[in-house]
Parts: sequence; structure tokens; C-alpha cells
Amino acid sequence: MSTTLQNLVNQPYKHGFVTEIESDVAPKGLSEDTIRLISGKKNEPEWLLQLRLDAYRHWLTMEEPQWPNVKYPKIDFQAISYYSAPKPKKTLNSMDEVDPELLRTFEKLGVPMNERAKLAGVAVDVIFDSVSVATTYKAKLAEVGIIFCSISEAVRDHPELVRKYLGSVVPVGDNYYAALNSAVFTDGSFCFIPKGVKCPMDLSTYFRINTENSGQFERTLIVAEEGASVSYLEGCTAPKFDTNQLHAAVVELIALDNADIKYSTVQNWYAGDANGLGGIYNFVTKRGLCKGVNSRISWTQVETGSAITWKYPSCVLRGDNSVGEFYSVALTNHHQQADTGTKMIHLGKNTRSTIVSKGISAGHSNNSYRGLVRIAPTAAGARNYSQCDSMLIGEQCGANTFPYIQVNNPSAKVEHEASTSKIGEDQLFYFAQRGIGAEEAVSMIINGFCKDVFQQLPMEFAVEATKLLGLKLEGSVG
Amino acid sequence: MIYQDSKTLLSVRDLHASVSGTRILKGMNLTVKSGEVHAIMGPNGSGKSTFAKVLAGHPSYEVSGGEIEFEGRNLLELAAEARARAGVFLGFQYPIEIPGVANSQFLRLAYNTVQAGRGEDELDPLEFDDFVREKMKLLEMNPDFLDRSVNEGFSGGEKKRNEILQMALLEPRLAILDETDSGLDIDALRIVAGGVNQLANKDNAIVLVTHYQRLLNYIVPDYVHVMDAGRIVKTGGKELALELEERGYDWVGAEAKANARVNA
Repeated sequence: MSTTLQNLVNQPYKHGFVTEIESDVAPKGLSEDTIRLISGKKNEPEWLLQLRLDAYRHWLTMEEPQWPNVKYPKIDFQAISYYSAPKPKKTLNSMDEVDPELLRTFEKLGVPMNERAKLAGVAVDVIFDSVSVATTYKAKLAEVGIIFCSISEAVRDHPELVRKYLGSVVPVGDNYYAALNSAVFTDGSFCFIPKGVKCPMDLSTYFRINTENSGQFERTLIVAEEGASVSYLEGCTAPKFDTNQLHAAVVELIALDNADIKYSTVQNWYAGDANGLGGIYNFVTKRGLCKGVNSRISWTQVETGSAITWKYPSCVLRGDNSVGEFYSVALTNHHQQADTGTKMIHLGKNTRSTIVSKGISAGHSNNSYRGLVRIAPTAAGARNYSQCDSMLIGEQCGANTFPYIQVNNPSAKVEHEASTSKIGEDQLFYFAQRGIGAEEAVSMIINGFCKDVFQQLPMEFAVEATKLLGLKLEGSVG
Repeated sequence: MIYQDSKTLLSVRDLHASVSGTRILKGMNLTVKSGEVHAIMGPNGSGKSTFAKVLAGHPSYEVSGGEIEFEGRNLLELAAEARARAGVFLGFQYPIEIPGVANSQFLRLAYNTVQAGRGEDELDPLEFDDFVREKMKLLEMNPDFLDRSVNEGFSGGEKKRNEILQMALLEPRLAILDETDSGLDIDALRIVAGGVNQLANKDNAIVLVTHYQRLLNYIVPDYVHVMDAGRIVKTGGKELALELEERGYDWVGAEAKANARVNA
């Protein structure tokens, strides 16, 4: 690979700063005492503490999954701090009470939290380390009965809803990291759209890990009642540290009859440096349940950050005629590793799912798509279409596709298409011969490659995603 | 056409080049003046396509000796994109497919980049749309070409027309058309050749790289050169192409070797 191609992927991470802010950090280590401490700090009800302890006890019996196509040293779960909150910790009533340093941080990150948020028409919940620091637009949403707040507030103000749905899609013992999250989750977003309400604006959560050696374990729960609909956006960044940070989130979505949930993520956690030092370990469980008939859950993700990404946003299509969608762009560079994909579990009749996955590998990175399509015996007339495309930039990277297809109903129709392409010297020469430099050429090729996914993103996110891919690949092409 | 007051556009002197350590060009000489049409012919492996790529600045080819002067500038000092902006155009033998990128988007970026390089005005999407549609008529292209991904799923003939469309848009001073006739049926050949003929004028020059004399019935060259083993071994007028069609290439190579012995 010539130097031009190399140079195009090596743009420094611009969110790598640390905010100097006093934090309330729990001592490192994990035990029942840690869990009681977290639960106590958050004044949680007894049932939630029990849920956490159940999860923890379950977790102790579990093994870290070995099947992903990623390599990393064993994580010392006792070396992590499970709670970190910006001080002073008091209930914030308005944005004016937020620490100005924090506000500046989000300003720097381009997160609209104030007037700009209103102009953009996006309601934002911001999670800094372990605590939700601000939720904008809350009152306005409440007028139509929408609840949008941090999960801690939801536990306090709407315990019956949280209790009803929390863990109903991802049970506490679902998998190793989900169990860990269930035991120690600190905050996250809660969103409830009541019957018949179409959420009038996009809802957004912005996650930031600030403190070194702290883990982030947020929990998101979104419920759309009968006929409700919502579009939800999630963004993530973290400072640069030489040590690895653990991010193990759980996101649960529930769509009742005729409900529609669209969940979009632009993940830009710190990926580690060019030699693979530092970066976030992103072990996330995201799952949506299409519980009601004609319901629809759509995942769109643009994964560009993290040293390791282990993430399979999934849909359980229980309601008849329900629809699951997964649109993904995963870009890896340097020594990043991604093992990501989806699961579409067809239970109801005439359920349909679409999977469009675009993997881009550059540098020494390794990018795997892993996806399961399961058609249960009950899912008469189910349909799935999967398309998995990989693009390689340079000679040192790898791309893999692991499709798992289990069909137990003869009336089902399942299609899988896959392709691998490469940005090579000949393509770049073609552009160059038309006067177009390597950087612009790569950006054009990549955007063309990702078009089917970017089309699914809300406008502003699509613009951000396009820019982000450009930055990430700067210097990788030559 | 040969003009009295023409200027020298391209001057290649004793050019040597290799790819992956294999020497391909071994002492190539060629002078092209404005207004002229040159045809470079020769057997497979004689170095025709390599010569085309070296002129355009393909990074895989290493120039180990000689000079290329283009409008008084040392072309070897320029990267491929700078050569394109300076007015060197290569029509590809195998145009590259770019999935997901609309042809209109690609053509406009290429056009505006080259225009900017010349210090001329760029066109916005609407202006460009009018402009490109006009040019497409020249090649009898269906407007839906603009919405399709660049070269993706194009037939051989469509790809070649798309190449000539790019030539029409970029208005190069020197166009090197590498096997533009390969894969074309007789109708497509006529259309493509017609397009090239309309683009030729007294200020630019065209170098056709081809195996067959068939193309030269449509685009009549002023000079025909025969390459063998990395250099031009014979030059003649358009009638040389007919002779080659009849007798093949072997005799030219043999003659060249005989001459080399005499000179040695």
C-alpha cells in the first residue's frame, strides 16, 4: 500500500480531551457491596437492588464469551470503578444549573443542549460518565404524555413502568455483559411514548466517558405503546487514555401493536492510538421486541470508534406482520476490531426483516459481520433479506462474514447476498486521471458504498456520519 | 490533421519504464503536435498500454530514464491528478466501476476539479446538468446514464461512451485513448468514433492505442506507429495500418531487428 492510502486514515481523534471536573468516583472493584453502594447512591427501591443482585450472582457463574472474532487481554473487572459522577451531585432543574465546565465539554463536542437543541428540534439526554446531567425539552414532551428522562429519574418517578419493562427484552442473565450491566448500570435514558402518540421530534442521548478507569454501564429503555412512534438518536465519545475503558450498555426497545421505533447510533468512542494502545471496549447488548402486531423496529448504526466492538442490535419479531430492520456501517482502522451484526428472530406470522451491513476495514484492523436469522416454526410466511458488503482499504486488514441462518418453517423465504471489494490503486488512479485526489476519491467511494445505510439516518446524523468516515479514513489512502 | 502553425504538445524522449521490476518501455520516442491524430499499434505485450499509463502517471509504473515534456512542462514531475488538470486525458481500456456513486456526481466532481485547476468557473448541479446533457447528445447517450452508478452494470459499449463523454467534458489538450474500440459492436464503434472526431480540433491532439485497423477507418490518423519490445520501430501514414492489417506485425519486428544489426 502506498503512502497516500496510508495517510488518509490517520486523522487524530478530536474528542480525546478530558474535562477537568471534580467527580464522585466509587472505589475500584466489584462486589455485592459495590452494587449496594450504587443502588444506595441512587436511592433505589428494593426490587431494583434485588434485580441487580440477581444479575450479579448470575454473572459470577458465567464465562466471558470466547466466540467473537476479537482478541484482547483478559479484563480485570476488579480494576474498574463502577460509579463516577460529576460533583456536586444534586438534582438539576434547568440547564442553568449544570456545571459550566460540563456545558463547555458538550459545546466542544457539538452536542446541542440548549437553545441550539430547540432550533434543531431534538430533545437531548446527556450521560456524563455514570450520570445523566441534563435532559432538554422534557416539559414540552410531557404535554403529549411522552416521558423522556434519565433512567434514574424514571425509577423514582415512574417505578411501575420501569419495573414492568426493565429486563423484559434482555433478561438479567442474558449474556455475560448484559448480566454485568444489569448488576451495575448507573444511568441511561428512559423513553415512553403513550398510545397513539407520534413523537414530534427526534429524541437523542449523548454518552460521554470522562474518567479514566471508570466503566460506563448505561441502560436505555424505550417503550412505544399501541400506535406510537419515535425516532431515537444516540451518540458516544470518550477522552483518549492509554488504558482501555469498558463500556457495557444494554438497550431494550419494546414496540406494542402498530408501534414504530427507529433507533440510530453514531458511535465514535475513542479507538486507541495507531499502535492499538488504549481505546474503549464496547460490549453492548441491544435488542428490540416487536411485541405487537404490525409493529416495527429499525436499527441504524454507524460504528467508527472503540478498540473492540461487540454488538448485535437485534429484533425479536413476535407480533404478526411485524418488521425488523438493521442498517449498519462499521469502519475499523489501525488495530481496531469489530465483531458486529444482528439477530432477527422471527416468531410471528408474516414477519419481515431486512439486514444491510457495510463493513469497511483499513490499516491492520479486523472487521467481522456476524448475523443470525432464525425463522421459528410459528413464523409462517416470514421473509428475510440480508446484504453484507465488505470493503478493504490496503493490504493489512481483514473482513469476515459469519451468517447463521436457521429456518424451521417451510413457507419462509430467506435471502443472503454478500460481496467484498477493495479500494486499490487502480480505482484511485481512475479518479486521479480525472483530476480527483485520493482523499476525495476515497470519500466518494466510501459514501457510495454506505449510501443504503446513510439514507436511513436522520438528516443531521447522516451529515455527521459522512464527515466522520472522512476523518477516520484521512491518511489511509495513498 | 497536420497544420502548418501547430505547436509541439508532447515530446517523449528515450523513455524507459518498468512495472514490478519488469522492464516494459525501452527507449520510447514520440512527438505529438497540436491538431494531430496518432495511432500506436503493435502486438500484445509490445508496451502500448504501458506507455498510455506512464503518460497519465499510474503510480505502479516506474520511470527509470528519459523525458516527457508536455506543453513545455516536465510531466514526470507531476502526480496523476495534476497531469489530468494540466490537460492529459486517458480513456481507459477497462473503466472502473464505482458502486453507489451516481455518474452525474462523479462527472461533475471531475469537471469542477479540472475547471478549478485551470482557474475557470465551476458549475452547480443544475448548470452542470444542462451542460452534460448537451454533451451526451454527441454520443447518443440516454440521460438515465446520469443517475446510474459510475460504470456499474454498464455494457462494454456504454463504458467506452462514458469515457468519451468524460473527454468531452474535460476538453483535454492531449487525449490518449487506450483500446477504445475493444468490445464495441459496429454501431457503438461508429458513435464513439464520431464523438472523438467532433472533439478533435487544431489545438488538441489524440493518441489512439489500438490493435486493429478497424477503428482507423472511422478516426483517420495522421501518423501510425508500430511498437515492438518497448519502443516505436516503424512510423508511417494511415496506409501503414492497412499494410499491418494485411501482413500482421511479424515483419515489422523482423525488419527492426535487421536494422538494429546493421546499425550495430
